[in-house]
Amino acid sequence: MSSPLHLDSLQLAYDTPRGPHTVVDGFSLDLPAGEIACLFGPSGCGKTTVLRAIAGFEPVRAGTIRLGETLLSSPQKHLPPEQRRVGMMFQEYALFPHLSAARNVAFGLRRLGRAAQQARVTEMLALVGLAEAGERYPHELSGGQQQRIALARALAPSPALLLLDEPFSNLDGGTRERLTAEVRGILKKAGQTAILVTHNEAEAHAMADRIGVMHNGRITHWLETAS
Amino acid sequence: MLISRRQPPGLRAAGPAWRCASFLIALGVLAPVLTLAWLAFGSGVGHWGPLFAHVLPQAALNTALLLAGVGTLVLVIGTGCAWLVTAHDFPGRGVLNWALLLPLAMPTYIVAFAYLDLLHPIGPVQGAIRWMLGFDSPRQFRLPDLRSMPGAIFVLGFVLYPYVYMTARAMFMTQPAHLLEAARTLGENRRGAFFRVALPLARPALAVGLSLALLETLNDIGASEFLGVNTLTVAVYTTWITRSDLAGAAQIACAMLFVVVALVWLERNGRQHQRFGSAQRMRAVQPRRLHGGAAWAATATAALPVLIGFVAPALYLVWESGKRLHQGGSISQGLVASLGNTLALAAGVTVVAVAAGLVVAWASRSQGTSLNRARWQARVATLGYAVPGTVLAIGLLTPALAFDAALAGAMGWQGLPLMGAGIVLVMACAIRFLAMPVGGIEAGLARIPPAIEQASRLLGETTGGTLRRVHLPLLQPAIAAGALLVFVDAMKELPATLLLRPANFDTLATWLYAEAARGTYEEGAIAALAIVVAGLLPVVLLARNQLGTTPTVTPPDTDLA
Repeated sequence: MSSPLHLDSLQLAYDTPRGPHTVVDGFSLDLPAGEIACLFGPSGCGKTTVLRAIAGFEPVRAGTIRLGETLLSSPQKHLPPEQRRVGMMFQEYALFPHLSAARNVAFGLRRLGRAAQQARVTEMLALVGLAEAGERYPHELSGGQQQRIALARALAPSPALLLLDEPFSNLDGGTRERLTAEVRGILKKAGQTAILVTHNEAEAHAMADRIGVMHNGRITHWLETAS
Repeated sequence: MLISRRQPPGLRAAGPAWRCASFLIALGVLAPVLTLAWLAFGSGVGHWGPLFAHVLPQAALNTALLLAGVGTLVLVIGTGCAWLVTAHDFPGRGVLNWALLLPLAMPTYIVAFAYLDLLHPIGPVQGAIRWMLGFDSPRQFRLPDLRSMPGAIFVLGFVLYPYVYMTARAMFMTQPAHLLEAARTLGENRRGAFFRVALPLARPALAVGLSLALLETLNDIGASEFLGVNTLTVAVYTTWITRSDLAGAAQIACAMLFVVVALVWLERNGRQHQRFGSAQRMRAVQPRRLHGGAAWAATATAALPVLIGFVAPALYLVWESGKRLHQGGSISQGLVASLGNTLALAAGVTVVAVAAGLVVAWASRSQGTSLNRARWQARVATLGYAVPGTVLAIGLLTPALAFDAALAGAMGWQGLPLMGAGIVLVMACAIRFLAMPVGGIEAGLARIPPAIEQASRLLGETTGGTLRRVHLPLLQPAIAAGALLVFVDAMKELPATLLLRPANFDTLATWLYAEAARGTYEEGAIAALAIVVAGLLPVVLLARNQLGTTPTVTPPDTDLA
């Protein structure tokens, strides 16, 4: 169900009072369906900007982003985020504080009927091992539980591509190690194509099939991981 | 640590004298409310009958309709404009950002006064519309009469929306951008993200703004009366002034207190839930640049409330004042006297309220165990803002009259010493505006680290001496800001002043009220202009504070990791 992702010679920049500042230039990437890739690099190297451009939050100055047959972004065209079939897990999880865990997961399922929504939410909560936590609110959940609800919410609408922005950076060491393996298991089980962004090398190795090492807005080389 | 069981000197409770004074102030604030309850229920509920049959139902229904209408209007305008200026970028956004606060400088009765003339069937606006449409007589074309319930809702809504705008804007600006982005990746468009995420998250803030706007609506007497809407507030006034029925007025005032309690509950509840989602240092929403027609439509939409709520009535007042001064050449003695009265009243209220505020805030500042009672006193002492001026006045009248009679009897004086000297009026205004200095000084005290106080105490200074030599100098900005707010609000005060002023004592507000009530429109515009100019000062102060929190542009990739 996943489609391959093609990024071709992307140039990304943001506006400053002194004019546009280029963060990413000549960035290319091909990601086959079902694969988990990692963008790895120091902070400020542009990896999060690439992720936000794929999600549709940053305009593209040059190059294209394609998902399967669909053109998502080019200098001329910008598909709005809600039409991209791209899911995202945010660094701070971004759970809606006014909704219970179950209603957070159901947020992206408006197009389904009530029964189908209910079934999908149950399925997703079970997938992340929090079948009992549905009625709880985000502030009643631990950091690790919040993270798993965020994952369930992002996966629920069956996105063609999942983006994970520093997903483990807000967790302590022990939880982090346990969850990286667990999240990888969940993604692989769902056959989910995904891109992970991190500056933590152990996390990159534990999660990804391939690691693209980034420097100054480009991928300098790729590492194949043991996993 | 030899004294580990005892608290450090600076953290001990304020002395008994402070706490006693604070308790007396809280009692003073409660006195009018207790008096009302005693008046209304003391003589039994039996003679509530005629009131229930004739006055209350219609006035209560009018008040309910007015509150519902104004509430809806301020929510739509305030929330809409706040979202427009926080999430979008368009020409004039920087100016509109603070200009949307300007109607706060306009007391409701002044806007009603201005629009009655502006929108008069033979006034400038309707004249211009007829000219454009090619009619030449009001018989052929006229707008619906402003003297109506919709007219009152229109006037009050466009003046009171800034309360919602302020709280909503602060909320939207601190809402983390990633929540809206999460909604987008889950398939919602901008509209959906606003209605399903931004708006529900802002609900507590909206409740706070809404309750403040509705408390002002309940307090208003001038606008509703000029526009012919007989609300509970107007009923209290006429029951006492024209029918001299103090018990009846007290009963209506009591009924209003139920509304007040409900609104205060709404506000407190909102404040408790405001911590929603305002957690860590997070990227705020970046305004989206609008282009072409959409951009100018946004400018026009956000400018409309400023034009209706401030610019048009202000220009009208300037124009009318200029015309009057040009024709008459000079200002009448009466108006000069009421300006003097207004300033004297405002100065007196400021001194009393700031002094009382200092006592209450100092007595309740962070201490050990006796904290709860002092805090509780502070909360009671600051409840006056919620009590409508007429209700407060009726509650103070009975004890004041009784006290005056006793005092006059004992001293062999004629007349009413307290009422006649305006002391009751000063007390009423001080009670109503006490929350502003208390809040400001409490916030100021919270910013002074306890170590500073401890150092002063260890150097041999007493609590009172520490307050005088250390805290008062540090608190100067907070005290000045509180004093300015009280001064200006006392200048604008109308309902309590109408009921409690001494004979032949006019303030600018009552001068204007009398002219509008007579429909003479002579020097009213000049009085109104003076009030509005004074009212601009706190708005400027507020706008400067608000602009200080404008989001700075942070590129997404720089602060992560």
